[in-house]
Amino acid sequence: MKEIILIKNGELALKGLNRSSFEDKMIKNIRRRLAPLGKVSFFKCQSTVTVYPENEDFDFEEAVARVGKVFGIAAYSRAAVAPKEFEEIKRICLAYFAESIYGYKTFKVEAKRSDKRFPLKSPEISREIGAVMLENYPFLKVDVHHPDLTITVEIRDKEAYIRGNQLKGAGGMPVGTSGKGAVLMSGGIDSPVAAYMMARRGLELCAVHFAAPPYTSELAENKVKMLTEKVAEYAGRVELYIVPFTKIQETIRDACPEEYFTVIMRRLMMEIAGVIAQKHGARALITGESLGQVASQTLRALACTDEAAAYPVLRPLIGMDKNDIVDIARKIDTFETSILPYEDCCTVFTPRHPNTKPELEQVKHAQAQVDWQQMIQTALEDTTVEVIG
Amino acid sequence: MIYLDSAATTPVCEASAAAVADVLQHCFGNPSSGHFLGVQARRRVEQDRAVIAAKLGCAKEELFFTSGGTEANNLAVFGTVEAAKKYRTKKRIVVSAIEHASVYESAKKLENAGYEVIWLQPDRHGNIAPADLAAAIDENTILVSMMLVNNELGSVLPAAAVKGIIAAKKSPALFHCDCVQAFCKMPFSVKSIGADLVSVSAHKVFGPKGVGALYVRRGVRILPQHIGGEQEKGLRPGTEASALIAGFAAAVDAYDTAGAAKQIKHINSYARQALGSIACVEFNSDEQASESILNISLKGFRSEVILNYLSEKEICVSAGSACAGGKMSHVMKALGAQKDITNSAIRLSFSPFNTTEEIDTLVQALQGAVATLAH
Repeated sequence: MKEIILIKNGELALKGLNRSSFEDKMIKNIRRRLAPLGKVSFFKCQSTVTVYPENEDFDFEEAVARVGKVFGIAAYSRAAVAPKEFEEIKRICLAYFAESIYGYKTFKVEAKRSDKRFPLKSPEISREIGAVMLENYPFLKVDVHHPDLTITVEIRDKEAYIRGNQLKGAGGMPVGTSGKGAVLMSGGIDSPVAAYMMARRGLELCAVHFAAPPYTSELAENKVKMLTEKVAEYAGRVELYIVPFTKIQETIRDACPEEYFTVIMRRLMMEIAGVIAQKHGARALITGESLGQVASQTLRALACTDEAAAYPVLRPLIGMDKNDIVDIARKIDTFETSILPYEDCCTVFTPRHPNTKPELEQVKHAQAQVDWQQMIQTALEDTTVEVIG
Repeated sequence: MIYLDSAATTPVCEASAAAVADVLQHCFGNPSSGHFLGVQARRRVEQDRAVIAAKLGCAKEELFFTSGGTEANNLAVFGTVEAAKKYRTKKRIVVSAIEHASVYESAKKLENAGYEVIWLQPDRHGNIAPADLAAAIDENTILVSMMLVNNELGSVLPAAAVKGIIAAKKSPALFHCDCVQAFCKMPFSVKSIGADLVSVSAHKVFGPKGVGALYVRRGVRILPQHIGGEQEKGLRPGTEASALIAGFAAAVDAYDTAGAAKQIKHINSYARQALGSIACVEFNSDEQASESILNISLKGFRSEVILNYLSEKEICVSAGSACAGGKMSHVMKALGAQKDITNSAIRLSFSPFNTTEEIDTLVQALQGAVATLAH
């Protein structure tokens, strides 16, 4: 029995004349995600994309899991392919559900006949398939309102498809259709969630992590890599830039007023991330900040940080509670990694009494006591990059 | 590379590696099989059991192999408590507050399940007072679990006092002693500490990871925590890890307790003197502690930062207990020391292969850390 994957476009069906390019981007993203599983070909028709695997031993379980993480997809399902002969359709339908059917109690059959030359009309197809299922699986009951299983038979131009329940897609827009953003990735709970949310809106990502050895360990760096891998399951390929930040942090500590440690550090991070973004085609910075969560995330502190950023700072979590953020972190499977107990920015650099209402002018004045350019330059030169996903 | 983390684990010695390879390749039979290969494998496992039993001073019939120290400790605690259900109303368990997590967490679980757990609190250096033991153990006590040498501080706990107290209180309690950090490193026998149950592990004494053993005194009955086989007299079913067991026995056989102890004592006192020259160093291990472990605090510097700093220089030490993986250890917490002491604790643990030159390099590196790191 030949099997395929049927994919329904999401929001991108609304994109008018751009639609084709959005769809092509989505197909490209799916192709890349499925490439390790074997060769596949695509067929587009009426906001449905059909994926035909070319090798016999194609791993459908894994393929479906991967497709479920590609943005731009509203719904998807596996389907059996049948020739457009009704007896064959019946036979394949019985065979296709022969094992999985025992997990259901109620069902209904829906038919969609886009090829109007097919001799049976949709209601007739439904009735006939329903009858043959009931006959072979007498424990089933028909429930047209809330069935456990909806069997859909689609009669298309070339062939017929038989499928069970559809799965909900990841939604959003295909990665790459909105441009590129650089996410500041700390290793905590919030930044991977922010990255995921912006990828969902179609941004291609690169990630910037600030490492401060020996205050932070290799384990902390590995943790960031693991998180980036998880994000890459949704966002596709992500370049991870690791910026050595020790010298700058030590200098902040030695030369700046303690109450401004964090806000000055955030400003310097923005500045460095901005340069990396510019060099690599990103036109936005992304952070996991949430209003009022910590001292550097008050309105005034955010204003001070923004002033140092060369590009718009996108903060998709700004209005979210921690609990809601954790829910998403669990969904995308980053939570357990995020809570591994390694220091990401060692507490020796955290002021005991940070200023929660910093004034920009004062912060800038405090920051201006040191010439940072040489240090920033060195940090950028020593930045390493790794392509993940 | 300078390895000062032998309490976390040790490399496998040559004799041990050879024994593992030999059994894997040439003695691969299932010890429960009836054919000649099985008989050969059984004979080998029993010979190895006898070697380890001899080191512990027990009969080989009293020694049961496990997957390591953690499993041995779990089996001792839960196996005892389950067997003690026959006493119905007796529900007291006495443990030190500085046990290894495999005993500590087990006791916590039992406490949540309704057992009365008495936590013996240590002094500043991890010592437990025998008087506290005497006060804690009563006729309702079913289990006393107290380690011989603490894994983070090296403090030696008053195990030898326990048996007498249990008898005097007319308590049915069994005494379990986690000897993972003491085994081979100091001279003791199951008789000298008067324990009913003793846990040991191979990889702390130049044996392979993945094997340990529990001594169960003849006549003592505890209940298995795994089921599904007759191996280890049903107390720990599952095909014997014959190769690892061979590696364990070979390592124990090769361990020269007296010679190693002498060298370690030398290293320890050298290190104490040399580290004393660094102003911010405070010793968390006192002079009575096992010489294998020396816990110090570099006041003002966080443990993890010092660990990372030394690691860059290829010097391996441990921050708190390696098993805790970065979380604040319950042992350091129990000492009641000030926060700057607990947050800056690092553990040095020695093997007979460490040298005074290595200690010199360590001290130099620490001086460098103190001079350059922000704190």
